[in-house]
Amino acid sequence: MNAYKRPDPAGQPVLQHDRYRSTIRRAPSKPLIVLPHTLTERTGPLFNHDAMGETDHDLTRQHPGEPQGERIIVAGRVIDDNGRSVRHTLVEICQTNAAGRYLHAKDNHPAPLDPNFTGGGRAMTDENGCYRFVTIKPGAYPWRNHINAWRPAHIHFSLFGPAFVTRLITQMYFPGDPLIPLDPVLESIPDEKARQRLVSRFDLDLTEPEWALGYRFDIVLRGRGSTPFEE
Amino acid sequence: MDPAPSGSQTIGPFFHFALTTDEALGCLAGPDAKGERIHLRCRVLDGDGAPVSDAMIELWQADSDGRYNHPEDPRQKSHDPAFRGFGRLATNDEGVSVFETIKPGRVAGLDGALQAPHINLSLFARGLLNRLVTRIYFAGDPANQEDTVLSLAPEDRRDTLLAHPDPQHTGVWRFEVHLCSEHETVFFDV
Ligand SMILES: [Fe+2]
Repeated sequence: MNAYKRPDPAGQPVLQHDRYRSTIRRAPSKPLIVLPHTLTERTGPLFNHDAMGETDHDLTRQHPGEPQGERIIVAGRVIDDNGRSVRHTLVEICQTNAAGRYLHAKDNHPAPLDPNFTGGGRAMTDENGCYRFVTIKPGAYPWRNHINAWRPAHIHFSLFGPAFVTRLITQMYFPGDPLIPLDPVLESIPDEKARQRLVSRFDLDLTEPEWALGYRFDIVLRGRGSTPFEE
Repeated sequence: MDPAPSGSQTIGPFFHFALTTDEALGCLAGPDAKGERIHLRCRVLDGDGAPVSDAMIELWQADSDGRYNHPEDPRQKSHDPAFRGFGRLATNDEGVSVFETIKPGRVAGLDGALQAPHINLSLFARGLLNRLVTRIYFAGDPANQEDTVLSLAPEDRRDTLLAHPDPQHTGVWRFEVHLCSEHETVFFDV
């Protein structure tokens, strides 16, 4: 079977990105070794619709009461870089509450926790690669990267795809956020168009009347190339 | 024009409530799984030698006979149904995650020869804008000598890919991941 294509480096983050300070003592200092795609890399964990709970995809219904904040729908399609749907794959999300606070003992941002919001969600893509979450718009939050540093509002996305190779963790941002051009994390991706692809689009078709605004976020995973083996 | 793959971004430090709530994912092998049962203690240290206590580790490995439960594997049908092959844990304050699994069997390599037993490891953490990928091999396994992936690693850094048996505890193997230092672990570009 064919190997997976290697992505254009301009569309992927530079690992040592000094303006994101945590990279300095953590990112590799030596060159990565190119790993050929053996069976170990061309296989990977596959997940099942049956493992999904009824409210896993709806973060507003995981507690007895309704969470504070702006209810939103986040949906999109997962395809590979050949344009094919990535079906029946697990999509997980992780986010702050409306106030910009994570449900985490070490998050000491002095913003309120919400007893009705955890911030974790899971969904499977359908046969067309589509997924859908209902959640609360996350808040911006301060971090200690530099003086007066604030992360733009974002949702962490985790995807598996069909193989070890296709695993992806990324972040979804919101259109029009003034913090986006200042963010050292997003900035680590050299190509402007690739950065823009991590910004969701407001979508009136996803928006439900009298209920919630809709944001569309499409994700592209790596697909197979035309050559069976690589150097 | 074909779309380009989405850019990777860091998992950040605060993912536990969403991604590592299921502690059962620390065990890759159900009680009936065939093979030699081991505990694999993975420890992650940063460039200053400090434990990385906010990382997430994922493992992916074959069953005791070198099979994957995946359609890409021609031997999928005979895989061990008690073996999951996938594990995921957060590191603790010491930078440690302990997985329970079985020693993997040998899997075919690209040249047709069998690879030495190995486990693929993905590391996600604050400061890692993309996951880091490495492989865990078992020190002392004679098959390591002929493994084509191991031989891609520079000779003087090859031992960073080896797990070692814990002299004090039978069945426990230790693997250290060193980030960004002189003793930096070999990481792969997958
Ligand atoms: Fe975050």
